[in-house]
Amino acid sequence: MLSGILIFNQKGENLIFRAFRSDCRPRLADIFRIQVISNPQVRSPILTLGSTTFSHVKHENIYLVAVTKSNANAALVFEFLYRLVVLGKSYFGKLDEEAVKNNFVLIYELLDEILDYGYPQNTETDTLKMYITTEGVKSAIANSATDSSRITMQATGALSWRRADVKYRKNEAFVDVIEDVNLLMSATGTVLRADVNGQIIMRAYLSGTPECKFGLNDRLLLDSGDSSTSSSTPGNRDGTMKATRAAAGSVTLEDCQFHQCVKLGRFDADRIISFVPPDGEFELMRYRATENVNLPFKVHPIVREVGTTKVEYSVAIKANYSSKLFATNVVIRIPTPLNTAKTTERTSQGRAKYEPEHNNIVWKIARFSGGSEFVLTAEATLTSMTHQKAWSRPPLSLSFSLLMFTSSGLLVRYLKVFEKSNYSSVKWVRYMTRAGSYEIRF
Amino acid sequence: MFLMTPPTVHYAHGSPFSRSKQGKVAELRQELNSGGKKDKNHSAKKIALKKIVANMTMSNNDMVALFPDVIGCMNLPSLEIKKMCFLFLVNYSRAKPETAMKALPILVDDMEDSNPLVRALALRTISYIHVREFVEATFQPVKRLMGDMDPYVRKTAAFCVAKLYEHDKKLVETSDLIDRLNNMLKDENPTVVSSVLASLVDIWGRSESISLSIDYTSASKLVSILPDCSEWGQSYILEAMMSYVPQDSAEALLLAERIAPRLSHSNSAVVLTSIRVILYLMNYIADERHVSSLAKKLSPPLVTLLSKPPEVQYLALRNAILILQKRPEVLRNDIRVFFCNYNDPIYVKVTKLELIFMLTTKENISVVLAELREYATEIDVHFVRKAVRAIGKLAIKIESAARQCIDTLLDLVNAKIPYIVQEATVVIRNIFRKYPNQYESIIGNVIQNIDELDEPEAKAAIIWIIGQYADRIENSDGLLQDYLATFHDETVEVQLALLTATVKFFIQRPTKGQQLVPQVLKWCTEETDDPDLRDRGYMYWRLLSTDPAAAKQVVMGQKPPISAESEKLDSRTLEELCLNVGTLATVYLKPVQQVFRSARTRRLQYSPALQRPKEEAVNAAWQFPDPASSPTAALNAGAFANNSAQSAQPADMNAAVSAADSYFNSVGTQQMAALDLGGREDDGGAGGGGALQTQYVVNQNQQLVYQPQLAGGAATGELLLL
Repeated sequence: MLSGILIFNQKGENLIFRAFRSDCRPRLADIFRIQVISNPQVRSPILTLGSTTFSHVKHENIYLVAVTKSNANAALVFEFLYRLVVLGKSYFGKLDEEAVKNNFVLIYELLDEILDYGYPQNTETDTLKMYITTEGVKSAIANSATDSSRITMQATGALSWRRADVKYRKNEAFVDVIEDVNLLMSATGTVLRADVNGQIIMRAYLSGTPECKFGLNDRLLLDSGDSSTSSSTPGNRDGTMKATRAAAGSVTLEDCQFHQCVKLGRFDADRIISFVPPDGEFELMRYRATENVNLPFKVHPIVREVGTTKVEYSVAIKANYSSKLFATNVVIRIPTPLNTAKTTERTSQGRAKYEPEHNNIVWKIARFSGGSEFVLTAEATLTSMTHQKAWSRPPLSLSFSLLMFTSSGLLVRYLKVFEKSNYSSVKWVRYMTRAGSYEIRF
Repeated sequence: MFLMTPPTVHYAHGSPFSRSKQGKVAELRQELNSGGKKDKNHSAKKIALKKIVANMTMSNNDMVALFPDVIGCMNLPSLEIKKMCFLFLVNYSRAKPETAMKALPILVDDMEDSNPLVRALALRTISYIHVREFVEATFQPVKRLMGDMDPYVRKTAAFCVAKLYEHDKKLVETSDLIDRLNNMLKDENPTVVSSVLASLVDIWGRSESISLSIDYTSASKLVSILPDCSEWGQSYILEAMMSYVPQDSAEALLLAERIAPRLSHSNSAVVLTSIRVILYLMNYIADERHVSSLAKKLSPPLVTLLSKPPEVQYLALRNAILILQKRPEVLRNDIRVFFCNYNDPIYVKVTKLELIFMLTTKENISVVLAELREYATEIDVHFVRKAVRAIGKLAIKIESAARQCIDTLLDLVNAKIPYIVQEATVVIRNIFRKYPNQYESIIGNVIQNIDELDEPEAKAAIIWIIGQYADRIENSDGLLQDYLATFHDETVEVQLALLTATVKFFIQRPTKGQQLVPQVLKWCTEETDDPDLRDRGYMYWRLLSTDPAAAKQVVMGQKPPISAESEKLDSRTLEELCLNVGTLATVYLKPVQQVFRSARTRRLQYSPALQRPKEEAVNAAWQFPDPASSPTAALNAGAFANNSAQSAQPADMNAAVSAADSYFNSVGTQQMAALDLGGREDDGGAGGGGALQTQYVVNQNQQLVYQPQLAGGAATGELLLL
């Protein structure tokens, strides 16, 4: 497993060096600096030199590096590095060079706790904050032995993500369904790829140890009556699903991944999402849908290169959702050739501006109500270049956010909370669709 | 020129760069010892220690001078101070073992503290210190703490055994620590159990003499505690499941189905390790229907990993390449998810491209070609080249689509971007080779761009085309002469191509060729230092002078067919890598020992339930570790199962297994001996340390001998050069 964790700034200064095994020598810091940070040729996040492997992720302005010495579980290494980022954010607000330099001691203390001999230990923020504290994060628990055993029980228990003594006057739970819709459309207007990456974020402010049950309009769940026989043989599953497609109002989830609090065995057996939530905000699940994706925007670009001196654009965009809804912060990025000298643009709504540093015309529409259609016409004048290279025509891209709409059609059907004390709780749900990678080639 | 500005970074607790070394050390020492009795909460000491910790990494080893002062603070009644002192101790004890000794009694004391956090902290700290006295002093306390009432302390003790094993193998092996560790598998706390397993697997990985085996009852129990473990604990348990060898098809199936729900976990380590275990168990499942139903469960989670950060995507993609070779039915309908996003990092794009190539079929070729064409207009040269090459390889892989691919290529060539033209030339050469007398009409289009070519590989390709079709290309003599004019400046690759092309030219157009050939043969035989070129030159020379008719048959004869399968791993490597899904070796797709020489290899273990692929039955190059050769502590995880009834039966089984093992072992050693023999020629001087390396290199040669027509393809993943 991990031999050491190193953190560098962009200049290559080694800020944190924590060895967990004696094979992690200090000179490895220099090797990483020379071979990765100051080597522009490096294009992979994993580099093996001799028997040493450096796996790194870049976050803000720092490099987080894991050193391993054998054929380590690479997935675990990267998951851990990303967890470190999450922990850093939760402790310091953000994890960057400044945060690291201001918190050397705490970071070393955390590393000592969450890794033992290079094996990741409990990395739950809530539990760690009970006994690893800073000025910002104060723990109510003193250093006495009885309190300590409460911490150790928490850190090694089956519900390591939740403290037992949580209390709220008002019990509430907020569910956010956030979908990133990905689109790749070819220049001829065919959809090459359209899918949805969804995540369900929950903020649970519930007392005690609540058991939650969560229901979606998931096709497999709704069909469970007639597919109980076929569900055990996924070979038949596709067939069954297509046959019952007519029963509208349900969604086929290609795949789901759950927070560790969810009882996976139950989901596998009868598609019931049941869990004891951590306190506060967490990502309950992620899912993927590829069938019947509703695309909120249709974009129709016409781009003409006039000789070698001019490019003419005409981009039409239409909102493909109910007129009761409206999208906000719609931004359309229209690529221009690298040798663009100046542009002129006209829009029927919103503002368009040329951003020479990104080679883009950026068209912003603050509020885009359903059913409406807007047009941009623009012209880019090019400087002549001695070496004429064909323009690579990167795709046009969109970003937006649209409330009360899910591209996949997913709906939350219920959220039930059961607790010993039988309190009543208020549940809220919110839907949002954003652009993931929404690209249109032209 | 690069101007350095003085560092302007502000530190919370003083700047480590501002003062001279001695000055800084002295100042910190003073600060550490200030405060005196007035400093009730030791806040001055805390601040001083924080500065020292901040300076540990940033200013090299200067802080070591403060070692005695820091030890002086170690006994203060504050956990915060203790932690900082311990960190300092771990960092510097190896540099100053004598000074560190003063801390030993404090640590030993703390291991008896009433606070479990302190006990665990002291145990964790003492076992990090690679100093003999510390290691010896850990043995007694760790035995006691393995039975501590607090699970947090017990799990720390479990890892401690692995740490001690790293410090001193012998001492641990002669003690009863490993047995005690085994007994801890009975612990009622899942976190402790998963820690014990992680520790055992770690020890297993470092020792040739210890074997790890888990029986069904234990395996089943381990799977049942999976839901109660943290995500990391689940990874450790799944990792350990690879040491369970199913004796029965039904057992394997049941476990695989119980592990399958883990595929929905949000932690990619849990997902990939589950895939590894399920793939492994599939080797022992007899019913093909169950196997394919399990295989179907693997692809959605793999695809879902593509919405994770790019590094994890990369891993998922590399493993997809691997799994696709083992189980082609996985991922079959998912080609579109591998289409590249414009902003994907290059390592993700290139791997996706490889998967797209593997998943392309007659049915989806049109979509794929449109997609690849799009890639060929991107900016990254490396990626564009790969895309162009992929189009050419598809022409070879899918015969019915060859025309379509060629049209796409010619279209791209028309843009006259030099690197696209070069890459296209190389693949078109290969298409000619694969489909003789079908697409030669496009020779004209290819020759048109001859002036764009400046890379050896592309030049060699065009020269091959000129030579092969010398009689169809009108001015072939002129083209050839243009290249021959600079013969001496070309790389060997181009020179070889020129030599062969000239000979072909002569055979097809003897009148025009007769001035050229003697000249080129002379250059190649008398004026070169390259042995390959000289040998080939002499060969042609003798061939032409002895029997021109035979020469024609040899030179213009039928060529062995080429195929376009990319990076096909040999079955042995494939088997090994499938047992290592999610690990670093799968990123490189190379045999584990080639990348990590000290790694212990994993092989499929024999059992009555093992389903053998047909081809392997023929060339059984199996190696099974001989249980008799592992004398010390066989870690029997089965210890915690009360299976006295079963113990008799496995005894017979064991006998049968060892008989089989010793048979296969002898097969193995013979082969090894044969390999070694070859190895010494190559690498005679290498000592014992290089043995593994040698073995691998020879292995490659061995392949060369048996499958000459595949050698180039297998090694480079590209098509054969002539």
